[in-house]
Amino acid sequence: MDPIAVPIEQGLALASILFAIGLTGVMVRRNIIVILMSLEVMLNACALAFIVAGAKWGEADGQIMFMLILSVAAAEVAVGLGLLLQINRRVGSIDIDEISRLRG
Amino acid sequence: MSIELFPFYVAATVSLVSTLLAVSRYSPTHALIYFIISLLATAVVFFLLGAPFAAVLEIMVYAGAIVVLFLFVVMMLNLGSRGDELAHQWLKPKMWIMPSILCLILFFELVYVLSGTSTPITGTAVSPKEVGIQLFGPYVLAVEIASMLLLAALVGAYHLGRRYLSDTRGQS
Repeated sequence: MDPIAVPIEQGLALASILFAIGLTGVMVRRNIIVILMSLEVMLNACALAFIVAGAKWGEADGQIMFMLILSVAAAEVAVGLGLLLQINRRVGSIDIDEISRLRG
Repeated sequence: MSIELFPFYVAATVSLVSTLLAVSRYSPTHALIYFIISLLATAVVFFLLGAPFAAVLEIMVYAGAIVVLFLFVVMMLNLGSRGDELAHQWLKPKMWIMPSILCLILFFELVYVLSGTSTPITGTAVSPKEVGIQLFGPYVLAVEIASMLLLAALVGAYHLGRRYLSDTRGQS
């Protein structure tokens, strides 16, 4: 099956809309799990932009950057979820308004 | 809107709808289900754009590994007595309608694309072989950096996940 020659503007528009949805989720939601998930949506949108650009010129560089973003996302989610477990153990809640006190 | 772009628009619409639903659900488990569908739709977009290797990685690593990590954490949070009532909501058949519809749209789209009835279209596919040659040729330093990053994340997640950290509350 041949790939589709998607216009680069439409691919980038999809990526930016997905990024905006993820950013809205990070800013609006108060549940840490959903915030981490919205961060994943944003990283995924960046990866989509790389794939669209790579497909435009028919080069493999877009997919290589996708793989690097994938490893960054995996590292971020592992550390983020570890922090989430510690926060839940200490505060007993996963609402970020409960942990807004910065004290030593 | 030209006809050969139709599969792209379908996948893009499914991706947008499921992402919107994912960030707006109240329960994290419902949000995760919609997030999986969003990732599957993005994988279909990758496939249509001529990046089959990226599409497979998207499903294996994102939908397979990262979302499972999220689900493990939801499980470990141990919501207690609220858990039963949440499970009761969770098992309502109504909750399955929307994810099933979105998944079926993606499924029929894949069948349509793979059956070859779609119009022949031009575009360049980048095969996994070319990606591998590039990855271990000019980009080998980036691979090493990514491996260092993953090792650091492994050590960090192991340290943060240890239980005794909670005993040092107020002492550090």
